[in-house]
Amino acid sequence: MIAARTLGVTGLALCLSTTLGAQGASRRELVWGGDAEGGAPFVEADPANPSRVRGFDVEVAERIARGLGGVRGGRGGPRTARFVQVQWSNIDQSVERGDFTLGLSGVEDTPVRRARHAVTIPYFEFREVLAVRPEDAGRIHGLADLRGRRVATLGATIAYDLLVAARDSTGLIPLSYDDDVHPYADLARGRVDAVLLDHIIAQRALRRSGGLAFVIVAQPVALGHYVGVLARADSALRDSVDAVLREAMRDGSLEQIFRRWEVWDPSQGALFERIVRSNTAAATGSTATSHVVAYLPSLARAAGVTALVSLLSMMLAVIVGLGLASSRVYGPVWLRVATTVYIELIRGTPLLLQLFVIYYGLAGVVRLPAFLAAVLALGLNYAAYEAEIYRGALEAVPRPQLEAARTLGLSELQILRLVRGPQALRLALAPMTNDFVALLKDSSLVSVITVVELTKETAIYATNVGSWVVPGALCAAIYLAMSLPLARLARRLERRWRPAA
Amino acid sequence: MSALLVIDRLSVRYDSRHVLRALSLEVASGEIVALMGPSGVGKSTALRAVAALQPFDDGRIVVDGFALAPGPVPPESRLVKLRRRVGLVFQAHALFAHLTALDNVTLALRHGLGQSRSDAEAVATKLLSSLDVGARATAWPSQLSGGEAQRVAIARALAPNPPLLLMDEPTAALDPARRGALGTTLRQLSKQGRGLLIATHDTEFARAHADRVVQLTV
Repeated sequence: MIAARTLGVTGLALCLSTTLGAQGASRRELVWGGDAEGGAPFVEADPANPSRVRGFDVEVAERIARGLGGVRGGRGGPRTARFVQVQWSNIDQSVERGDFTLGLSGVEDTPVRRARHAVTIPYFEFREVLAVRPEDAGRIHGLADLRGRRVATLGATIAYDLLVAARDSTGLIPLSYDDDVHPYADLARGRVDAVLLDHIIAQRALRRSGGLAFVIVAQPVALGHYVGVLARADSALRDSVDAVLREAMRDGSLEQIFRRWEVWDPSQGALFERIVRSNTAAATGSTATSHVVAYLPSLARAAGVTALVSLLSMMLAVIVGLGLASSRVYGPVWLRVATTVYIELIRGTPLLLQLFVIYYGLAGVVRLPAFLAAVLALGLNYAAYEAEIYRGALEAVPRPQLEAARTLGLSELQILRLVRGPQALRLALAPMTNDFVALLKDSSLVSVITVVELTKETAIYATNVGSWVVPGALCAAIYLAMSLPLARLARRLERRWRPAA
Repeated sequence: MSALLVIDRLSVRYDSRHVLRALSLEVASGEIVALMGPSGVGKSTALRAVAALQPFDDGRIVVDGFALAPGPVPPESRLVKLRRRVGLVFQAHALFAHLTALDNVTLALRHGLGQSRSDAEAVATKLLSSLDVGARATAWPSQLSGGEAQRVAIARALAPNPPLLLMDEPTAALDPARRGALGTTLRQLSKQGRGLLIATHDTEFARAHADRVVQLTV
């Protein structure tokens, strides 16, 4: 699971120290991948030594590595576990690429994952639980009580699938986040009405908030299991890992690990008993359809969101950009300085940062809806670029044209409106169109503030079907269908309005 | 007859270098005056100062009773009377590239003088026809020949009906036949009672068509 992005730096450091991945592994090592951004109790950077990781998944990986030496199929003596940092949502793809041998980081047991990869037996049972504000605790007992309400969760999870299924049956509004911290922050702020996530994550968030910010609904919405995931070709090794896990369930070492991290409860004992008794592992969770047609409506809806966000942002960018450019060309010194500072500040910092600041940073002052925040951030960002285009275009209008207008007795405003503006527009239209194409693609960034647009929907789709091939091609085709006509328009405008020789 | 234009000891300096030193001349109504001299002698500068496109350092300019003083160019709001009195034809014509020939001419009529579109177009069409470019009214500036563009530029400058017309190097891009035709046009304008001040280094043209020549020397 992924915690706040502020932990990303440690994740990066870990990543750099282990970029060699499975390719560089010796036979004495089990290279395993997880996401340290997920944090405790799964995997977190050790505060005492941030180049090391700790957590129950770390200890499970170590237990598996130790055990692999002694079981049938485990080649040679005990191994040591070596950690590789990987983004949580990419664990499946990375394990197939061979970046590491075993993915283990709160990885959920789903039918699709079982169909695509070699998946171990479940080693932990989690409950999908709802978190609601204390004042709603008496009213909300399950998804059925959330008609028309906004319910947040982490994207590409069983919880998200549950919410999407409930969208049609109960009419709730699912919201997908890229991390598991902000949903609870937004619950406390009133941006969402409930959060559905694994009970471990909910309890951790509750502890962090001092135990008062929200209430966890007692009745779980669903049960799920954490598993290890290996490459499809590694099914023999997977069987060995399963044997080690069964052994660890029998000898109590797994229970000790979970008790140490305070995640042990009676349902784990029951799970262990079931697993040890039967040799087959039953997948849990809903059966996901991987048929392309099933995803077309949501892709179309997401494409609509992309188009709408882009269009509104571009309109905002043009209006604000015109104001900025006029201020820079015509304004008094203080205004010119102020607009220059704005333009350089916006152009010199990442759009992603601006999105976070507008959505989360300003939340204490003004609680913008995600869609509005997305349009604002994109529009204000592109306004800086548009302003520079317009300023350049205004300054590129030949001086004699302006002087001729002056000798005819036109006022400065008339000259701008009738001569300088129209001529600058011709110079600016082609670069503007190019910017619009760029904006269309940059709009994919707004998914970090819960706006599900085309790229995000594609990622959800790709995770569900376990492949990027068809979703990626579809997504690219939709983007091209929107951007190619614009690019053609830009070329035509450029040809038509090229200054006469 | 009182002078339409009086330039009295006009001086322009760029970084303490004199571009114009104490130029004095007068242009009366109905008179064609050629301002002559080699390139770089300040002919264009003098025209630009009269059209209030450029500040001057010393002297005085009076156009039909409207006086310009040394110092920075006043804001356009204080130059309304001057703009009605002076038309300027630029050397490279400077036609508005985004407007047709007709719209180049109607622009000042509609937006400067507030005429209706139909009134403005009637005046502009008549002006263009009188300058033999009536057939080119719908053409874009990029589609006009040098001679045609110059005639449209003259029509544009004449649209507000200024008594004084300034022309910067009007023969620069014309072949000999066209030069003769231009001379005829200028004479027609002077017969309408306008004063014309022509900056040129074309001695032959000045001798053939100007009433008076003012020679500038370095």
